[in-house]
Amino acid sequence: MNMLRLGIPLLIFAGLVALLVIGLQTAEDRTRVASPLVGRMAPEFTLPKLYEPETEWSTRELEGQPWLLNVWGSWCYACREEHPWMQRLEQESGIPLVGFNWKDERDDALGWLDRFGDAWTLHVRDFEGDAAIDWGVYGAPETFLVDANGIIRHKIIGPLDEEIFYDLMDRIETVREEHQS
Amino acid sequence: MIAAAMNKTFIPCLLVAAAIVLATLPGPADAGAIELREFSSEVEERRFRSLTEELRCTVCQNESLAESDAPLARDLRRQIHHQLQAGRSDSEIRDYMVERYGDFVLYRPPFAAHTMILWFGPVILLLAGLVAVVFAIRRRRKILENS
Repeated sequence: MNMLRLGIPLLIFAGLVALLVIGLQTAEDRTRVASPLVGRMAPEFTLPKLYEPETEWSTRELEGQPWLLNVWGSWCYACREEHPWMQRLEQESGIPLVGFNWKDERDDALGWLDRFGDAWTLHVRDFEGDAAIDWGVYGAPETFLVDANGIIRHKIIGPLDEEIFYDLMDRIETVREEHQS
Repeated sequence: MIAAAMNKTFIPCLLVAAAIVLATLPGPADAGAIELREFSSEVEERRFRSLTEELRCTVCQNESLAESDAPLARDLRRQIHHQLQAGRSDSEIRDYMVERYGDFVLYRPPFAAHTMILWFGPVILLLAGLVAVVFAIRRRRKILENS
């Protein structure tokens, strides 16, 4: 009886501590909103190009092949952090890397690319943010992998790092193999 | 002397306290109210308000779309306004948001298998508490009877 009296509150306390520890460790993951769009068709958009604002670019131009969409802005510090990984993607991924310049002033964006280097295949500009909403974008940077069937296969929220980069490269490899076979 | 000195410090203190209270009072809770929007009817305006209040801003996760001043929240409010004007229903607009941002955008979680613990958790805890209380009372009664 005495054992029970002491044991039960202790067990409950241990349980609460365990919950707290788990909660603290997964706190960062919980602020990331898993995208319900993964596994679904990538929404189409037609937006002006960043370099030639009078020309429009549509996602339809990449229909039938895998590609990457990277959401960035000159105002986004984490985009600067992941910039070296964008350069690696350009060199190693073998698929188009579309820059999605989000809620940015054109001059700021051009200045940023001039300063850090343009690693992307092309850039579109979404100042209003309607296409971004369609893609469920809620921050920058975000990176999407779209397969040859136009399906979003993977979404990365936040900057790329070494681990995320190699994981992404594996996924790109899979998507490219599917496309070739 | 002491009273005079107290008065001298007391009044500025009171002013500072009043300023702090005023500064922390909730201002217009609805950031959307600052934006000028045209509604075709009062009903539409009310629907806009209730929709933006029940949807979460995904960048500033503890604010609703109505409260948040984040650029994305502003875009989403504009998007909701467009859709209302286009004649879409509340549930269509809610679905549009969930399709893009997940259940997370809803402050009121949907009734589904993975949210059962949210809906029934409090009731289960309450029942467990009641059972514990009943047992405790019974035991105490027994002890009293025995003594």
